[in-house]
Amino acid sequence: MAAASGAAAIAAGSNSTLAFDVERVREDFPILKQEVYGKPLVYLDSGASAQKPTAVIDAMREVQETCYANVHRGAYYFSQHLTDRYESVRKTVAGFLNAGSDQEVVITRSVTEAINLVAYSFGAGLSAGDEVIVTEMEHHANIVPWQLLRDRTGIVLKVAPIDDDGNFLLDAYEALLTPRTRLVAVTHVSNVLGTVTPLKEIIRLAHEAGAKVLVDGAQAVVHGKVDVQDLDADFYGFTGHKLYGPTAIGVLYGKADLLKEMPPFQGGGDMIRSVSFAETTYADPPLRFEAGTPPIVEAIGLGAAIDYVNAIGHEAIAAHEAGLLAYATQRLQQIEGLRIYGSAKEKAAILSFTMEGIHPHDIGTIIDREGVAIRVGHHCAQPLMQRFGVPATARASFGLYNTRAEVDALARALEKVKELFG
Amino acid sequence: MEDALRELYQEVILDHGKHPRNHRHPPEANHSARGYNPLCGDQVTIYIETDADGRIADAAFEGHGCAISIASASLMTEILRGKTEAEARQLFDDFHRLCTEEDFALEQAGTDDQDALERLQVLSGVREFPVRVKCATLAWHAMASALNGGGDATTE
Ligand SMILES: Cc1ncc(COP(=O)(O)O)c(C=O)c1O
Repeated sequence: MAAASGAAAIAAGSNSTLAFDVERVREDFPILKQEVYGKPLVYLDSGASAQKPTAVIDAMREVQETCYANVHRGAYYFSQHLTDRYESVRKTVAGFLNAGSDQEVVITRSVTEAINLVAYSFGAGLSAGDEVIVTEMEHHANIVPWQLLRDRTGIVLKVAPIDDDGNFLLDAYEALLTPRTRLVAVTHVSNVLGTVTPLKEIIRLAHEAGAKVLVDGAQAVVHGKVDVQDLDADFYGFTGHKLYGPTAIGVLYGKADLLKEMPPFQGGGDMIRSVSFAETTYADPPLRFEAGTPPIVEAIGLGAAIDYVNAIGHEAIAAHEAGLLAYATQRLQQIEGLRIYGSAKEKAAILSFTMEGIHPHDIGTIIDREGVAIRVGHHCAQPLMQRFGVPATARASFGLYNTRAEVDALARALEKVKELFG
Repeated sequence: MEDALRELYQEVILDHGKHPRNHRHPPEANHSARGYNPLCGDQVTIYIETDADGRIADAAFEGHGCAISIASASLMTEILRGKTEAEARQLFDDFHRLCTEEDFALEQAGTDDQDALERLQVLSGVREFPVRVKCATLAWHAMASALNGGGDATTE
């Protein structure tokens, strides 16, 4: 299918990741040819949202130009055809996460919606005094839904700590688990520190205590292979737009036996078996959790994005990004007064930093004029900012299309910031 | 270095950003409000002391933020002293136009204090950087809110 150009980026028969040709990969992303302020775009904000390859753009256009209709409804050809394609994306996602069945894959609008779904529907089975554990490095998307649940039902929200390098503290976490702990909601990769959490251990300990685990995989699926069965995760969510796919599409994986017991999240079309004013019965999962017309075109785009990433290969991507991270870390460390946040033992290609006496917002504005796009601010992780005693950081995050030359451009732009601030 | 950037980060701004004036909490303050920029998490709290005639006897601030928002807060606290509440609001109005209107001339201003506007002109570089207008006006929003009886002001 549409991922052919991605496949071509790897030399046939080679198991060496050196065969990954970033210049070929860049050809797949039309936007990378753009200039800003007359300078080549250096896009180092894939952690916020990744750029889209032609394969994704084309797949979405092709559907709308040749076979668009609503799904799960029509008796006519296009509707049936697109329903099949929509449902085949479920299979693609199941394969991508190594889910036991495609019926464990719920299509959502984002990882935010996936987490809210669990907080609402799984949360409906929790009562006052039950405990939910989150971590200090969660995105607001994995904090606020639990606070809303706390306000509704009186659950107790506990926070598992990290150390100054951003390592997850397993012992402290273990000490938080009690017989009342019902759920652990934890990120797989921190969007600020890049920390890869020791998920297998986290999940094993939770299960020993009788708790379930929801994983926020928004930053993780991008950087490496995820196997929900090997992890033994109960719920795993991710979002399409960080995975080189479109916006407004996300995924919730949930173990079949858990989804089966959960009440619906939203009510509407598609999620019912039959409706009368006296009584409505609900469809089985996953459709029970997909009320209303789903993001059909976006789902097709997500399928194309996963095919694209699969064709390049997780190992090749991970190796390329690890190389970039090491190079960027070493390059930025040479800049006097620059401090990097997050040096966990296992770390994804995300680099947060501050510069002495210069606010991140000023850094962002100045290097923007050099064509370098990074994120500055609190990264929707204000509690983590408080943990490190900073109001904000600057963050460069790398994707499969970034190059060492772009790291150099970032470093040069940061030197200019220093120059300007004297 | 690009002109627009030099224009934005003038010496005066860098100086006030690094060494803000009136960065303190005056015990006599009878008005205060917090200004908050949700985009970047910047926060300033403005303190104002008005005297029996309703004139601003003292203005100060605490908080953290980028060079633009801190320099703006610092300059504002210097400029407000001696003004009536109405004059302070008028100056905010003029300053806002200065930061957003391409061909705003000082003569069009409603304030009588041309010297103050001239000093504030160092911040007009934000015109070229629309997302930074919020930084430049954060302290002023908080000031207006403080005079209106307090509470939080946001730039949203
Ligand atoms: C770790 C993490 N969780 C959740 C989200 C929210 O993603 P979305 O806004 O697509 O739901 C993000 C992205 O901003 C993230 O990095």
